[in-house]
Amino acid sequence: MSIDNQVFIQNVIIGLTVGGYLALIALGYTMVYGIIELINFAHGDLFAFGFFISLTIFAEINPEIPLHGSGLYFTLPAVALLTMLLTGSLNLAIDQIAYKPLRRAPRLAPLLTAVGVSFMLEAIYAIWKGPIQIPYPRYFPKEDYMENEHVISFFSKLGMDITEWRIVSFTTKDLFLFGVTIPLVVLLTLFIDRTRIGKAMRASAQDREAAMMMGINVNRIIATTFFVGGALAGVAGMVWGLYINSGRFTMGFEAGLMAFTSAVLGGIGNIRGAVLGAFIIGMIKAMSDSYIGSEWTRVVIFGILILMLVFRPSGILGSTQSIEKL
Amino acid sequence: MRMKRYLGLVLLITIAMMAMPTANHSGKTVSAQGEKIKVYTSWPLSGGTQAVGESMLKAAELALAHYKEDHDGAGPAGFEVEIVGLDDASPTTGAWDGTIEAENAQRCVNDPECMVYFGTYNSGAAKVSMVITNEAGIAQISPANSYAGLTRACETCAEGEPDIYRPSGEVNYFRTNGTDDFQGPSDASWAYCLGFESVYILDDTQAYGKGIADEFERQAEAIGLEVAGRASVESTDIDFRALLTDVLASGADLVFGGFVLDSGGPQVIQQMNELGLFEEDVYFMGPDGMASPALFDQIGGVEIANDYVYISFPGPLPSTLESEKGIRFYQGYVDTYDEEPDPYAIYAYQSMQVILDAIERAGVADRAAILEAMRTTTDFEGLSATFSFDENGDATVSGFYGYAVGDDTFIDGTLITPTMHETCEVASD
Repeated sequence: MSIDNQVFIQNVIIGLTVGGYLALIALGYTMVYGIIELINFAHGDLFAFGFFISLTIFAEINPEIPLHGSGLYFTLPAVALLTMLLTGSLNLAIDQIAYKPLRRAPRLAPLLTAVGVSFMLEAIYAIWKGPIQIPYPRYFPKEDYMENEHVISFFSKLGMDITEWRIVSFTTKDLFLFGVTIPLVVLLTLFIDRTRIGKAMRASAQDREAAMMMGINVNRIIATTFFVGGALAGVAGMVWGLYINSGRFTMGFEAGLMAFTSAVLGGIGNIRGAVLGAFIIGMIKAMSDSYIGSEWTRVVIFGILILMLVFRPSGILGSTQSIEKL
Repeated sequence: MRMKRYLGLVLLITIAMMAMPTANHSGKTVSAQGEKIKVYTSWPLSGGTQAVGESMLKAAELALAHYKEDHDGAGPAGFEVEIVGLDDASPTTGAWDGTIEAENAQRCVNDPECMVYFGTYNSGAAKVSMVITNEAGIAQISPANSYAGLTRACETCAEGEPDIYRPSGEVNYFRTNGTDDFQGPSDASWAYCLGFESVYILDDTQAYGKGIADEFERQAEAIGLEVAGRASVESTDIDFRALLTDVLASGADLVFGGFVLDSGGPQVIQQMNELGLFEEDVYFMGPDGMASPALFDQIGGVEIANDYVYISFPGPLPSTLESEKGIRFYQGYVDTYDEEPDPYAIYAYQSMQVILDAIERAGVADRAAILEAMRTTTDFEGLSATFSFDENGDATVSGFYGYAVGDDTFIDGTLITPTMHETCEVASD
């Protein structure tokens, strides 16, 4: 296979991995927007919180690097659950303290509060871990499947010699990232589609007052939404840390903007739209980095955001509530 | 009646505020102050370059202490010199910030006791403060800026440089370290001598990073080192995988990165390792902006960089200084602060010596006189070399050294020059 094709395949893999973690963050944006029509700009920083808190928990446990045996099958899920719990709780607390009192205030007030919360969190991370590049130890074992005997012999039966594919790599880490993000996305969709709480969420999103009159405890539904959204962002931060092994206190801002764009692209308030948007943005980022030049990537992505808002504000799959209402 | 009284007060404050900068601009009010002279430093004391900045500040304090030691406890010309350490990094980005840098320079201008503005670390920041100190007629000296266009016109510099930084037309800015139009070509020739054949050049789009990458590229093309690709990165990005895939596909055996510690350099090294570029024998070379042990912490351990990373620096590293003054600096630093000095601490120490010498020779607390004294610094015996300032404010002697990362530290320091490719034996890999 030619080098160009290999680069393309590798970029598709990179695009999918970026899309995977962006989807988890974008879901939080879109769920919160769907229910209380707030663009929670602090949401990206919860992703960073997931990164930092899981790093701290790992440092406390101080497991062998890389994880293996019980470390992989017990410690890792335990840290993930704890991270989700803590990040979800943080998001819940932010809502209760900063947004809830402003529920009936003009739309701009909670929006500005969210921006303030975002700055505050970033400043706290900078004080906590230092405003520098933070290495995340290589806890997750890495093995390239392209160098795996079985994979090589499988492909050779198909008449392909993948040992020649110098550029393409697909490692246990890639698989891990997909293995966490995709099931979570599916579970969340099922949760909202099939469960009573999910139904109540959808009802609250459609008409808060009517839902209240039907006996739905809307406050509890909003709290649940913040908790679930935060937990997803938190686990995304942890998975991303294990995957890319590096981060910094502003990483949430960057990821948050990308995820927000994904949510708008897919149709804000729309769960499936957020996931679709995230994978599209991930793919665009990878392709733009490689084929146009990484200095242009933001221009491309935010250009798309602007075009989308101008020409199709309801997004690809349609927004439950158009962003025009903001 | 009350309203009127307040109105009067407001008016008074307004007039006072309007009058203040004018009084300072004239520079006449300062010489009468006598006793105390302040030196304002401005470089990052937080953020990604915090370790470097703090070490530089300590070195400046050490230079002052050593000076007093040599003069029976007296400061230059009998003045009490105070170093005021300002931070020009933004708490929201962790990197230098033009607005903060401008405020810092303005603080010096507005303080009648501030005689010398000592900064910056980042060349981009100097572009901001130079204009301010130049208009005010205050001497500015940098412990680290290596972008050539700050002091003289060069091929890869922007149009109008350096005159755009000198609104008064006078030279008031000095530096004792070598510049990128020397370092970039030296790096390229060094890479050639190390046996590299094809290089992929990255930069962070900043004055320093892009400047040195441009110089490297120009020299590489001139001496037959193939340039396989060129790209700029967003310094706050954390994911360079797609870009590095492109690097791997290009067939380059070296990545040259025009970065500083807080603009993407550490991540590039870390991800080159993670994506297996080092395994594929693609090496990394970086300029002096990354020459700090802090680099190793940020990439997650020096073992990642061992044998695959080359870094250049304008002079020998602190522990390898051989001159008497150099040894005194290194020993004094280690004894006083119980840590290794950052490489740039050498230049902070040396620049502080130049400042103190200029104050001594001026003999008065007058901005213009001290500026003039600094301008005429001749055959000054510093740590890295004995030098004078030329008409642009550059040191007349400046050599660069190339270091490999190995055995968990910087090793194999060798003098590198833009002409070394003519005579070196090309190493075979």
